[in-house]
Amino acid sequence: MIKVRDPARLRRRAGLACGGLGIAAVLAAAVPTLVSNGTIAVASAARTATVEIANFKFAPPDLTVPAGTTVVWKNADDSPHRVADIGGAYASPALDTEGSFSHIFAAPGVYAYFCSLHPYMKGKIVVEPAGAGS
Amino acid sequence: MADRDETEALGAAQINRRGLLKCMTWAGAGVVWGLSGGVPRTLGLLGSAAAAEAAPGDLTFVQISDSHIGFHLPPNPDPTATLREAIAKINAMPVQPAFLVHTGDISHLSKPEQWDTALEVVKGANKQVFYIPGEHDVADAENGKAYLERFGKNTQGRGWYSFDLGGVHFIALINVFDFQPGFKSAGLAKLGDEQLEWLEKDVTGRSTSTPIVVLAHLPLWTIYEQWGWGTADAGRALGYLKRFGSVTVLNGHIHQIIQKVEGNVTFHTADSTAFPQPAPGTAPAPGPMKGVPAGELRKYLGVRTVDYIRSKGAPALTDTTLVG
Repeated sequence: MIKVRDPARLRRRAGLACGGLGIAAVLAAAVPTLVSNGTIAVASAARTATVEIANFKFAPPDLTVPAGTTVVWKNADDSPHRVADIGGAYASPALDTEGSFSHIFAAPGVYAYFCSLHPYMKGKIVVEPAGAGS
Repeated sequence: MADRDETEALGAAQINRRGLLKCMTWAGAGVVWGLSGGVPRTLGLLGSAAAAEAAPGDLTFVQISDSHIGFHLPPNPDPTATLREAIAKINAMPVQPAFLVHTGDISHLSKPEQWDTALEVVKGANKQVFYIPGEHDVADAENGKAYLERFGKNTQGRGWYSFDLGGVHFIALINVFDFQPGFKSAGLAKLGDEQLEWLEKDVTGRSTSTPIVVLAHLPLWTIYEQWGWGTADAGRALGYLKRFGSVTVLNGHIHQIIQKVEGNVTFHTADSTAFPQPAPGTAPAPGPMKGVPAGELRKYLGVRTVDYIRSKGAPALTDTTLVG
């Protein structure tokens, strides 16, 4: 049986550690996440970064992460949103309030995405080679 | 029809057309909306005496919109109840509509049980109902497959259709598929080439005296680009329709009534039966106005009656809130 540490507690701790650095929270934590192929992955020691969806905006709109990072989008709005790669590489189902979706960015590159329910909502993930600057 | 009377029936009251145009100019500043002094709406309950005196037209139907079954947050944790109230309003109308149209966002999240609930409630009106999807109805993982399987029988392409009733030609347009990312464009809705070509053929050969009603979920004019409240290729659709003497465009999506006149075309957005959204640009983002107190909610929700009196050409629209 795999013992999963309380992810909320870990996020709190990591959040404090990163506090004040003014960067998007790129966390190393054992967060079980629903990845886009529908399986549950316990990404121990994998990097996780969060994009919050609030007021019909992605925050931060541009996020730079090292390759291998799991990006988690969390919907804090009272309206549903969908996260979709502009090239169709991934697309979330409709995320209700408090819903989340994640995708692992394995290869370096610039990946633009948008909300396919509100197409003026847009953002991009810049993936740098693993190890670069980390 | 360019020489129509200066004063014509539009909405529940007589308005002066020149006055209306003046109001529209005033709206200006790149945003053509907010005709608070222009096209009137009926606030509150229709006085029952006034309603009883109203003579039935040659065709009366009712528009409902944005029932969002499955929504569960403030200001309306129970949109099923308010949809039921809307149906009760319709059932109490002294002139019974021939049928209903629902201009989309039947469900909140495209779930079969949400449509089950909506259809069960709407069945209480005991009327034929013509549906079109909102973007919330095509938000399943397979991009609208569930909606089209359930509602798309006897439709064309991805759900569009037309029909004739009471001498009026109805065209149901779908502008909730294939939203384009707002990187190179504003991120508005679109109808798409296939549907536009179908529309052109659909109206070819029809007499210009045929009244036209267009149903669409998103507005067919750009109300507020920053919130995506518009349809990028609507102009082409309207180009096919402008030769007709009376074109009435009914849509939902923005959960409030905004109206506009452009030549022989009148545009009318509708109230939701679930929750209001802010007026364009008056909040950081669109979405439910969660601060509306429970006691005020029904002032923002409503149904719309559309009455055709053949000699007049343009229909009379009456918006009735769920108050009372």
